[in-house]
Amino acid sequence: MPLLEIKNLTVSFDTAAGPFMAVQGIDLSIEPREVLAIVGESGSGKSVAMLAVMGLLPNTATVKADRMAFDGIDLLELSPSERRKIVGKDISMIFQEPIASLNPCFTAGFQIEEVLRFHLGMDRAQRRARAIELMKLVGIADPEERLNSFPHQMSGGQCQRVMIAIAIACNPKLLIADEPTTALDVTIQKQILDLLVGLQAKYGMGLIMITHNMGVVAETADRVIVQYKGRKMEEADVLSLFESPKSNYTRALLSALPENAVGDRLPTISDMLFEPAPSAAGAGSATGAAS
Amino acid sequence: MSVTVLEGKNIVRDYHVGGGLFRASRTVHAVKGVSFSVDKGKTLAIVGESGCGKSTLARIITLIDPATAGELFIDGNKIDIAKNGLTKEMRRKVQIVFQNPYGSLNPRQKIGDVLGEPLLINTDKPADERRDLAMKMLKKVGLGPEHYNRYPHMFSGGQRQRIAIARALMLNPSLLVLDEPVSALDLSVQAQVLNLLADLQDEFELTYVFISHDLSVVRYIADDVMVMYYGEAVEYGSRDEVFADPKHVYTKTLFAATPRADVASIKARLAKKAA
Repeated sequence: MPLLEIKNLTVSFDTAAGPFMAVQGIDLSIEPREVLAIVGESGSGKSVAMLAVMGLLPNTATVKADRMAFDGIDLLELSPSERRKIVGKDISMIFQEPIASLNPCFTAGFQIEEVLRFHLGMDRAQRRARAIELMKLVGIADPEERLNSFPHQMSGGQCQRVMIAIAIACNPKLLIADEPTTALDVTIQKQILDLLVGLQAKYGMGLIMITHNMGVVAETADRVIVQYKGRKMEEADVLSLFESPKSNYTRALLSALPENAVGDRLPTISDMLFEPAPSAAGAGSATGAAS
Repeated sequence: MSVTVLEGKNIVRDYHVGGGLFRASRTVHAVKGVSFSVDKGKTLAIVGESGCGKSTLARIITLIDPATAGELFIDGNKIDIAKNGLTKEMRRKVQIVFQNPYGSLNPRQKIGDVLGEPLLINTDKPADERRDLAMKMLKKVGLGPEHYNRYPHMFSGGQRQRIAIARALMLNPSLLVLDEPVSALDLSVQAQVLNLLADLQDEFELTYVFISHDLSVVRYIADDVMVMYYGEAVEYGSRDEVFADPKHVYTKTLFAATPRADVASIKARLAKKAA
């Protein structure tokens, strides 16, 4: 049984100019112990689809799906209070901006313990012990001290570690990471990715990695979904996606990577998508630049 | 023959912080004696993680902040804005493009005014000439005359970065400092903006100082690379030298940390995972 199964998910937002379809009929499923990457540019609906799973979208959003089930439970049928028992416990999510997604008014320790109190009903001493254990697990030096730190006293990488500690506090079955390293430096990015993949393997979580960075996909994912403008362009396991991309859009994304540049000009997505012969168009623009 | 546009010798910048009623002040050495030189039409990339002093160095090169010590030469002339202030002529020569195109444009200013303002402040060109130059520049960066009367919020991130680049080029600078110009942009838009920068460099013989933490972008655009770590230049050389044979430990760490998107490394990872 898949851990998360979504069929024909549509999310639309009511705007002054009429409804805006952010996600248009996405199918998605993830097995336990699997790392799934969802790739796309901004506006491709990759975050919105996952926020719909979490039930974190604003009132202006309309979520429709033929099926949206987590671990056999139909998420569409649940009342908000029943859903809150699952979200944050069995499914949890970390976000792009670590410093912005922590509450600046409370210490890191308080924010980790809050989850433990709400979902697991631990008493004060248990919470404290578990919070220290979690801080150690995510690799924060002197956890006893850091429990009393406020978000502004920590670096971006440390805040992201605290976010991960909160997310894994209740041993979730599914962890959704929404661009977890976009705001971080390359060296810190490496550490955080290693941490996430390590935790995923250790606890056998499902991990959904939302990103626009093909490098991150290559380094973490088992299977990849490529999204563009709210639609799924391609789904493949990671090796075949990089070896033999099927859709034009994936090919364009891969060739826009600066390390794949041929000559002194980068092919752009629009070169690939809207021209009939992509290879000829690329060569044409390259000679155009050289002349 | 190559002409050196920018040269820095032992640039140092200290910041004094704190110093309240109960706390002694302390000095942060943001840049500790960095030297470099860039020839006309070339690109120097400065790489490093946040807090390594690369943006401080950018501010010194752009003549926004003075250096605490050291000498800065632009077009062969020694420049010390702490002592002599900044003339309009110097401002014309050096311009900067910032990282975040959402923050660096005034939301209440039309694009035409954004582009005209450098001319208004630094030259005495009449309004109609400013308007013509702005229109021409819009075309140069791949936008159209119809964009002249629009506000920044009506543009996408990539278009805004084009506007920021256009604004920097209005005064025909010889040196352009690019402070992480593409790190806030999507991959495909990033490719477009990098292409634009390459075209503009060829057309105007611009000299770039390109600040980034993305090594794949640096490898694509740079002629010379300087790696900074805690305010020091730990590695400095031509692109091929630095990428082929990194010498400093930090540079090696940086290369090792950069995610690789090629088939061979995916195969290696999957094999390791299966084992």
